[in-house]
Amino acid sequence: MSAPTVTTDSQGAAASRPRKRPAKKRPTKQLLGLAGILAFLLVWELVPRVGIVEARFLPPASDVIAMLFNDFGLTAFWVAVGETMLAWFLGLLMAVLLAVVLGFIIGSSNFLRKVTNSTVEFLRPIPSVALIPLAVLLFGVKIESSLMLIVYASFWQVFIQVLYGVADVDNVAMQTAKSYGLGRFARVRYVVFPTALPYLMTGVRLAAAVALILAITAELVIGSPGLGREISLAQSGGAISGMYALVLATGLIGVLINLVMRFIERKTLSWHSSIRSEVIV
Amino acid sequence: MKILKGIAYGLALPVILVLIWWASTLGTTNFFVPTPATLSEAFAETWFGERIFSDVLPSIGRLLVGVIAAIVLGIAAGLLIGSVKWLRDFTEPVLEFFRAIPPPVLIPVLMLLMGITDSMKVVVIISGCIWPVLLNTIEGVRAIDSVLSDSAHTYGIGGFARVRYLVLPSAAPQIMAGVRQCLSIGLILMVISEMFASSEGLGFTIVQFQRSFAIPEMWSGIVVLGLIGVAMSLIFQWTERRILRWYHGLREVENAA
Repeated sequence: MSAPTVTTDSQGAAASRPRKRPAKKRPTKQLLGLAGILAFLLVWELVPRVGIVEARFLPPASDVIAMLFNDFGLTAFWVAVGETMLAWFLGLLMAVLLAVVLGFIIGSSNFLRKVTNSTVEFLRPIPSVALIPLAVLLFGVKIESSLMLIVYASFWQVFIQVLYGVADVDNVAMQTAKSYGLGRFARVRYVVFPTALPYLMTGVRLAAAVALILAITAELVIGSPGLGREISLAQSGGAISGMYALVLATGLIGVLINLVMRFIERKTLSWHSSIRSEVIV
Repeated sequence: MKILKGIAYGLALPVILVLIWWASTLGTTNFFVPTPATLSEAFAETWFGERIFSDVLPSIGRLLVGVIAAIVLGIAAGLLIGSVKWLRDFTEPVLEFFRAIPPPVLIPVLMLLMGITDSMKVVVIISGCIWPVLLNTIEGVRAIDSVLSDSAHTYGIGGFARVRYLVLPSAAPQIMAGVRQCLSIGLILMVISEMFASSEGLGFTIVQFQRSFAIPEMWSGIVVLGLIGVAMSLIFQWTERRILRWYHGLREVENAA
């Protein structure tokens, strides 16, 4: 930040000046972004209208958006959204709980970390979709199939981050806590947990995106209830505008989840330097 | 001694797990869980034959073409968008939206636009994998150290040399983080595109086994996918260590200080 040169001004003016600058900058940025969205929609509108791609394969943007708003009024649409979000939430919750418990136990013991390392490194890259046939055999087209995939995929995201976080504990802080006579539980609560929290939140944010991908995938491929299955049905039924509208809807849900996760991260980590610096600048 | 200890640590748990698996399937005839012996038999029988050429290699080929194309396109577009401010602001919301779309929903869309062909599967992989690379490159280019950038400017370094010696190395850690995501999404999309719409390939074969209740074969397919995933992550780690050797060194020095 440049030094304020307005020493003669009253304090109120000096305080308002730095505030003005971002306010001046932001609208142009947002306007440009808005223009970008409009340009994209315009191109999408024109491509089928001019006939570069046939309209029965790619309906113009106005049709799809009209269809989307039409969907917003239908109960069936909201039921599908609810089913997808339920699978997403339950799967994410189970994965996070499991990963946090295991991560703290394994991460805080040097021996356990060494022993499990090779197994973790082998299991982690296995693509969760490899489990699709197994899920179908075990659970059929129910929500449990989606849950199995979601939990497997998002577990690793959180687990690895927690392991890193627990390993990142500052030695001096730990020794200090020990010499002040903090017990094992208190050390985990006041030293390890705050250190691991930023890592954990990163893991949860990544896992939230992955969980949505897997929820939609399971519905699309296996046919468990939710938006993914609606997309697959719309496609095979030839309801092309409807299919594009649902694809747009999944994108909107994705954006929404990202925003909510970033908000939660900022709230829970407001004390942490990575977030504090973001607020100041 | 140290190496022996390392090997023991690495092997102990897997050996114990396999022993548990072996012991628990010893007396039973559970339909869903094959014994280690039947699984390895099925594995050898199923995959060491014609299938390697008819299913495994084409799948891997599509994956490689798709992922490499996505990385190249993503970095190229990212360099362009990242270094022009108004373009970045202009495209950001649209790109964020595309990244938020779960990639598998692109399969029905592209199936419609292109039909069920090899190139459709490659395009599915590209259109799903490109976003992490693209957005991370943009972010990496944007966050170039301003002192470095000014110095390069002062010394009159511009054009290609600037990209080669300043922009790419500074953005490399971010780009590699994007590539890592891109690889796992690519593998997922390869499998799903074949499960959804195909008559050959790994994903198709595994679903076929499951539908005909050939359980040991299905498990062996899952193992193949797992091995591909592990191999890809090993190759990635090796490459990353080479490309980012200076970066890891720098981090170590910084952490030690």
